[in-house]
Amino acid sequence: MQPTDNSYSAVSKLLHWLMALMIFGLFGVGFWMVDLTYYSAWYKTAPHYHKSVGIVLAVLLLVRLAVFFKNRKPAPLASHSLLVQRASKLTHGLLYVLLFFIVVTGYLISTADNRGIEVFNWFVVPGFGEFFGQQADRAGLLHQWLAYGLIALAVLHALGALKHHFIDKDATLKRMWWSKTDNAPVSKNLTGSTDLTNSTEENS
Amino acid sequence: MKKLVLASLFTTLLAAPALQAADYVIDTQGAHAFVQFKVSHLGYSWLHGRFNTFSGTFSYDDKNLAASKIQLDIDTKSVDSNHAERDKHLRSPDFLNVDKNGKASFVSSKVVPKDGANFDLVGNFTLNGVTKEITIAAMKTGEGKDPWGGYRAGFEGKTSINLSDYGIKNILGPASETVHLDLVVEGVRK
Repeated sequence: MQPTDNSYSAVSKLLHWLMALMIFGLFGVGFWMVDLTYYSAWYKTAPHYHKSVGIVLAVLLLVRLAVFFKNRKPAPLASHSLLVQRASKLTHGLLYVLLFFIVVTGYLISTADNRGIEVFNWFVVPGFGEFFGQQADRAGLLHQWLAYGLIALAVLHALGALKHHFIDKDATLKRMWWSKTDNAPVSKNLTGSTDLTNSTEENS
Repeated sequence: MKKLVLASLFTTLLAAPALQAADYVIDTQGAHAFVQFKVSHLGYSWLHGRFNTFSGTFSYDDKNLAASKIQLDIDTKSVDSNHAERDKHLRSPDFLNVDKNGKASFVSSKVVPKDGANFDLVGNFTLNGVTKEITIAAMKTGEGKDPWGGYRAGFEGKTSINLSDYGIKNILGPASETVHLDLVVEGVRK
């Protein structure tokens, strides 16, 4: 269960991909459901599922933070420059922060009138009413823009991973997947990336 | 005897202003006034809501009802249908568009007395930036001294408006096009 030097723990991998799926799903549904007409069959159900999945995501976020603080992350790849290491650390941190505030603002929209949030009709998360004026509207606006920010950052994060995988040909993406990661030494990796630079130039 | 005459004269003098036009402030302080609405839900039932924040004044003359006037300002942000998510939707550009039109108002232009305590209150109603003349079927519900040294007069009125007349696209279905307004106004004489 512990992360090896070069790979994330099985729990971290599972949480990462499951949450990624949920986040993009929630964004898609959220983007679509706010424009549903009153007579759409989804008008009530879509927000219900959006909220239910959102609450589950909030729980997973807590689990993930607990796992993160218990297991820590594997050390950065030696082939990553200090700039890359810092940029990815900042991006990862921001993803967590945005996710946290999106979950909180989502909760604040639906509970502004003391109503609880029904999670798949399993249980109800209680509401605690208004903490500030026009709470549903203000939290709603934040929820929307933070979500845009999160998706933009997640796309950047994915592009970075793909760049490391296909262009740098390093283990960045592999160690978040269930594939065998070879413990690539620094020098070999550097040679690899030099070769690739040449080959892409030939291709273009 | 002399004392009694003086006393009754004094009482008459005190009571006299009640018979002339007097200015009243709508008692929003004590929340003895209500701006409520109801709209059909799917054609099956009613949704009730209200505006919590408004203010206004009126002048009222028991002997010359036609000279009465009323002015009412409503903060559209204060719409309250007892459901935060719905109120958020009602404040959005889909309905009240409160960021652009934060105020609705009614300014009377004419009072047409009818039988008994009933009268028609004609005036300009502004909602969502659109002003239209409407007629409120109103009646006086009572007036008199209150137990705390003031003097009060109460009225109620009913009218209905169409959403499309005020630039609000009806997305709720044909039965919900008409919004019924129900006003309860208690004024404290200035």
